[in-house]
Amino acid sequence: MALSGIQIYKLLPQTNCKECGFPTCLAFAMKLAAKQVELSTCPYVTEESKTQLAESSAPPIRLVALKAGTEVKAGNEVVLFRHEKTFYNKPGIFVRFKASDSGIAAKAAAAHAYSVNYVGMDFVVDGFAIEADGDLGAAVKAVRGATDRPLVLIGDAAAIEPGLQACSGETVLIHAADASNWEAMAALAAKYKAALAVKADTLDGLVDLIEKIKAKGVEDLVLDFDTTQLGKWLAMSTQVRRLAIKQNFRALGYPVFAPAYAAADEGIFAAEAIAKYAGFVVLDKFVPENVYPLLVLRENIYTDPQKPIQVQPGIYEINSPKPEDPVLITTNFSITYFAVANEVEGSGLPAWLVVTDAEGMSVLTAWAAGKFDAERIAKAVKGFDVASKVSKKRVVLPGHVAVLSGELEEELPDWEIRVGPREAVDLPAFMKQALN
Amino acid sequence: MPIEIPKDKWPGSIKAVTIGATAAEGGTRAKSITIGGQNTMPYLQFEKPTPNTPVIAIEIKSRKPEDWSPLLEKPWGEAMADPAEWAKKAEAAGADLLVLALTLEDTPDSAVKTVKAVLAASGLPLVVWGPGQAEKDNELLVPVAEAAKGEKVVLGVCEDKNYRTIVATAMANGHLVEARTPMDVNLAKQLNILISDMGLPMDRIVMDPTTGALGYGIEYGYSVMERLRLAALQGDAMTQLPMMVTPGFEAWKAKESKVGEGVPEAWGDWEARAVNWETLTAMALVESGADVVVLRHPESVKRVKAAIGELMAA
Ligand code: B12
Ligand code: SF4
Repeated sequence: MALSGIQIYKLLPQTNCKECGFPTCLAFAMKLAAKQVELSTCPYVTEESKTQLAESSAPPIRLVALKAGTEVKAGNEVVLFRHEKTFYNKPGIFVRFKASDSGIAAKAAAAHAYSVNYVGMDFVVDGFAIEADGDLGAAVKAVRGATDRPLVLIGDAAAIEPGLQACSGETVLIHAADASNWEAMAALAAKYKAALAVKADTLDGLVDLIEKIKAKGVEDLVLDFDTTQLGKWLAMSTQVRRLAIKQNFRALGYPVFAPAYAAADEGIFAAEAIAKYAGFVVLDKFVPENVYPLLVLRENIYTDPQKPIQVQPGIYEINSPKPEDPVLITTNFSITYFAVANEVEGSGLPAWLVVTDAEGMSVLTAWAAGKFDAERIAKAVKGFDVASKVSKKRVVLPGHVAVLSGELEEELPDWEIRVGPREAVDLPAFMKQALN
Repeated sequence: MPIEIPKDKWPGSIKAVTIGATAAEGGTRAKSITIGGQNTMPYLQFEKPTPNTPVIAIEIKSRKPEDWSPLLEKPWGEAMADPAEWAKKAEAAGADLLVLALTLEDTPDSAVKTVKAVLAASGLPLVVWGPGQAEKDNELLVPVAEAAKGEKVVLGVCEDKNYRTIVATAMANGHLVEARTPMDVNLAKQLNILISDMGLPMDRIVMDPTTGALGYGIEYGYSVMERLRLAALQGDAMTQLPMMVTPGFEAWKAKESKVGEGVPEAWGDWEARAVNWETLTAMALVESGADVVVLRHPESVKRVKAAIGELMAA
């Protein structure tokens, strides 16, 4: 729990020397509690107080970062529901291979090369897991030949060690320490500075293991509930998140591991895991039609609820338009912009796309909220100096806001106002048939 | 020392709502369905058991839809041209509930005839949607409600523009209504107030807070549902209703499901992707508090049903 001003005051020298710039130690403590000053501003804090204060300001869920050529972070979350603030660190999506698989290098290369665009963002698979059912050292080398993304190594301590040797210098996640093998796994994690997944099917079991493992000096832990039963997993994940956020219960304040590869329906389980607090999700195999929807779901759940994903308002050139090409009007909500831009681009037809500042809302939402009206559209057309770029003064409105055409004629008297189709898919046909 | 599991104690709970009436209850359904009744966030059974299993409705149309994906014609085939056959097939595919969507081409006569045929073909409880234009909705739903008197049908979709006539006929004929608002807690609350002010008991309203598809605004629907459920649990009586959402309709509108050619290779196999789109849209909404999800593809129905079963079993 974050300390109150009074609690912090008790840890200060209480001499009121004013060197921090505040009249009393108490005043300084209050500012500190409100996170408005740095502790280092007071030169006289004892080492012991410093440690206590640092502990109290540590995040309730530890940040665990896996590092190789790229980095995947989980933890540091502060809310239970996304609308309360936002979810920050998107769960890493990993694909699992088996060390015994002779095709592992090719599979890793294919999964590494995968990239999919969603509203202007390129998504990739974050990392790879390798199950030590064969020579893990060789498997890691094969995978490292194809990708530099972080690894999860799955197996018992003896089987994992050669894998760790093959990727020294990286921060790997090793999976998993349980009641039977925790000493060997903890020793391995300490030796190779790896993060360690801890597996038990009750919270008490997890706490017990974690206490013992922490005593061996391993701090970067990840929780595995040893189940993929949707109801049980949801309950445990929720309990852990609540304990951390509401009670600052440090003993379980770690990111959660979701072994989707073990689930009856991998997509369904991964969807629950993404929505309900997973830190690392490991899929059974790399299949684009399964991975793409999960990457999109993750993006949607982790979008800042106060701020829709938007594009910069402005005039966008699609397929190198010339002065005689049409001017299309849309809003700056990313999903709207890309729905239109992708259709037009895919058709090969050139156009000028005027993106108005509709505060990141879709066409109808913005219209209903008064953020996409004739006045705003006219302002955009004038502000971006569209007239200087085109020879034909003609704009095309989205079909959903046909009602705006009258007012827009008044706002832009020397322009021809056309109403396009309602859906972007129909735009290319409309442009070919109606705009000549 | 064992950990004390933090449990929320909520003053409020969701109303239990029963859809459909058996012979004993004054209708002809093989069974009726009760949804709602929870007083925890979705499926947190370590606090309190979830009293009623959330259900899956399959959407069928009074006429063969022209704009549905060819992927949906594969499983339903010829039945799409015959609502009674389609209803039977949907029941066999695992639907707990049917949604019959009327179209703009329907007349009051054809609408009544279709509803009667569907009620005769399947014993499942029924939801009937108007075509979505206020005047036409009223023209069709009033005779339908009269013809199905006593069956405890859900009439939809009630919005702020058209709720009066639909609510009045639901009251007169013993039906329920689906109250839809555009993704906003206060608008949902307000419509529930308007409807209950007309005298319809709260346990005959199912609210539909609207959702978007995966990739097309699902995050708004997801959060509004969580917020509505939280408000209800905190004791706000006008939000204490079960929720019905339409992931099938939304997901099959998305390009990812609709279009098979000329899309990025990274999207993968069309059919599997389309089913995933619907299934994962529905799954996210189930996790955020949906009591009824309306779906279109039998494979999604199977997968979401299995998921709900697992969530209930814990
Ligand atoms: C998600 C959503 C929201 C989100 C906002 C999302 C956002 N950032 O915009 C939230 C929850 C915040 C919201 C709020 C509101 N919403 Co709203 N919302 C929706 C919803 C469900 C989806 C909108 C969406 O994202 N569509 C996807 C995008 C891609 O569509 P689009 O922008 O229209 O673009 C398409 C076409 O227009 C076309 N297109 C786009 N540009 C161009 C350009 C040209 C030239 C052409 C030809 C075509 C074209 O291509 C695209 C793809 O086909 C719709 C209902 C629905 N299912 O459609 C309601 C909807 C738009 N909302 C509505 C309303 C009333 C509101 C609110 C006023 C109500 C409220 N809740 O208070 C508020 C207003 C906002 C405010 N006051 O702050 C109504 C509008 C009614 C109307 N007809 O006027 C709708 C239609 C719901 C309904 N049936 O009542 N909403
Ligand atoms: S510098 Fe430190 S000791 Fe001096 S008044 Fe500020 S807090 Fe107190």
